[in-house]
Amino acid sequence: MLLASSPFREIRLDQMSRAFGAHNALKSVSLSIRKGEFIALLGPSGCGKSTALNCIAGLLATTGGGIFIDDKRIDTLKPEDRGFGMVFQNYALFPHMTVRQNIGFGLKMRKVAKAEIDKRVEEALNLVRLQGQGHKLPGQLSGGQQQRVAIARAIVIEPPLVLMDEPLSNLDAKLRLEMRAEIRRIHNQLGATTIYVTHDQDEALSLADRVVVLRDGEIRQVGVPSDLYERPDHLDVAEFMGYRNRLTGKVVAKEGDRATVTVGNATLTGTARSSLKPGDTAVIAARADDVVAGEKSAQTVEAVVETIEYRGREFVGTARTAGGLELVFHAGQTAELGSSIWLSVDPARALAFAA
Amino acid sequence: MASITASSSPSEYRLPLRQRLAVRGIDGVTLLVLPAFLFLLAVFVYPFIYGLVLSFTPKEGGLFGNYQKFFSDPFLYDTILTTLWLAVPVTIISIAIAIPVALRVRLLKHQRLLTTILVLPVTLGTVLVAEGLLNYLGPQGWFSRTLIQFGMIDRPLKLTNNYWGVFASLIITGFPFTFLLTLSYVSGIDPALEQAAATHGASSWQRFRHVMLPLLVPGLAIAFCLSFVQAFAVFPSAVLLGAPAGPTRVISIAAYQAAFEQYDYSMASAIAMIMAAVQLLIVVAILVIRNMFYRGSTAGGKG
Repeated sequence: MLLASSPFREIRLDQMSRAFGAHNALKSVSLSIRKGEFIALLGPSGCGKSTALNCIAGLLATTGGGIFIDDKRIDTLKPEDRGFGMVFQNYALFPHMTVRQNIGFGLKMRKVAKAEIDKRVEEALNLVRLQGQGHKLPGQLSGGQQQRVAIARAIVIEPPLVLMDEPLSNLDAKLRLEMRAEIRRIHNQLGATTIYVTHDQDEALSLADRVVVLRDGEIRQVGVPSDLYERPDHLDVAEFMGYRNRLTGKVVAKEGDRATVTVGNATLTGTARSSLKPGDTAVIAARADDVVAGEKSAQTVEAVVETIEYRGREFVGTARTAGGLELVFHAGQTAELGSSIWLSVDPARALAFAA
Repeated sequence: MASITASSSPSEYRLPLRQRLAVRGIDGVTLLVLPAFLFLLAVFVYPFIYGLVLSFTPKEGGLFGNYQKFFSDPFLYDTILTTLWLAVPVTIISIAIAIPVALRVRLLKHQRLLTTILVLPVTLGTVLVAEGLLNYLGPQGWFSRTLIQFGMIDRPLKLTNNYWGVFASLIITGFPFTFLLTLSYVSGIDPALEQAAATHGASSWQRFRHVMLPLLVPGLAIAFCLSFVQAFAVFPSAVLLGAPAGPTRVISIAAYQAAFEQYDYSMASAIAMIMAAVQLLIVVAILVIRNMFYRGSTAGGKG
């Protein structure tokens, strides 16, 4: 079994920071990762997730804070002395080496005996299901196969930590789903510890044990996928988790964790995720699935249909309110473009945030 | 869906000539190579054939009279070794300096400024550089005087009018060219490859040895050939800074003397042909070696 030889309890980022001139790409990021965990760093482009990964890998120097494996400080070490494995966005396979040489590269640099290298490369080839491809050059492989070689190269050195920088972003949709399952399988099979950077919330939610949402170089929320999906702490996290509809209004009532907000003529209710009191300005956030077209009532918002798409079982459309706000909704039947519809939000599924 | 019938096979439609040519990549723009082709014919191919024929019509002796004379007179055939002894070390040293500098410059922010400074010696021309070197490295030059001032030497070093004067001048005028070529090859290598090597445990020397160097070999071979050919044709600095009668009597001096001192154009042509043959031999040898290395893409993955 690979990876038996890296005993440690946790990897700790302690107020890790990185500034580029006056711009702070990472602001005091603190996070503790247990051995065996699969962590996804999720955020839009420019949020600092790749910066964070490069700082952990040592490809970028930190400008503040520290990185520790248990009690050993590693942010002062050169990348080659940290002993991590890394999978790059464009794979970064050595084009002049065969698949076998690529995978064995880290072992060769560590001056492992030839016979041992051969044995472990073979194991790694089996693990990523590339038996019989070892003699080829990377240029002769498909994107998905190159990806597997990159993963094998990263894990064959039995690193305490595997870093992955958007490894699936260059693959087509079908292969992406396949490789996603493959990455999780390999992680489980090895008992590896993985930090995975992505901007795709589906990927993060389906792969990770815990998801770290980054925004503007800061951690916005850390949690298990279902927590983030159902109970985002911030409006921007909610937005990232697919809460595409946002309606701003005034809080008129608060009962338990239910907040009632008036938006225009409509009265909408949602679960409060911030401390709200009557009179506050609040935003009701809801997913497209939870906004449905129906009969006019006190709980509905009027909007004009702008687009409508058939999605197999149902229709998804966008509509604009009198206030100019775009809403995404679901409907059982098609609606005529330019017609007025009445949209209601499921109170059990909507969230209310302080604006 | 439109109906497909078997009768409309492609052969029934005759494609117009323009379209058939376009399929082979020939169109109106292709005509633009014509002036270049004629130019090449007029200034390269014709003089070459003319010189080749001329070299086989010696003043005395048979068809190969000039060649026999060249290879039987050490004063003549030694010029090949003399020239190689200058051109090969100069080229190797230029490349050896260019690689580490290029590896570093690639990461600089003000790359443009540095490359501009480096290109200056090329624009100055060999004569001006030679003049400068005579002043700087000559017996009364600053270099020797400074060393004497600090008590490091007793007598001025002899650095001009010998091998080292020509050597220095060739390095100075040849290096920028070699460097810029090398820099372009170094910059062409995906930086992620070096990062990948580093994260997988390769020290800076190992990264160079196992990743950068193998990917650079094809480019360096080309840089070597071009720099070598440039240095092999050395003439002005061999005359101005060297000892043109002795240690730096390079092959182009022999050709010059045959043509303009002995007025034996046939012999001069033969020397020029021999010069071309030696260059060709070296270049072909380098390219053969190059073919034994990996020559494919220097990117880390499908982009």
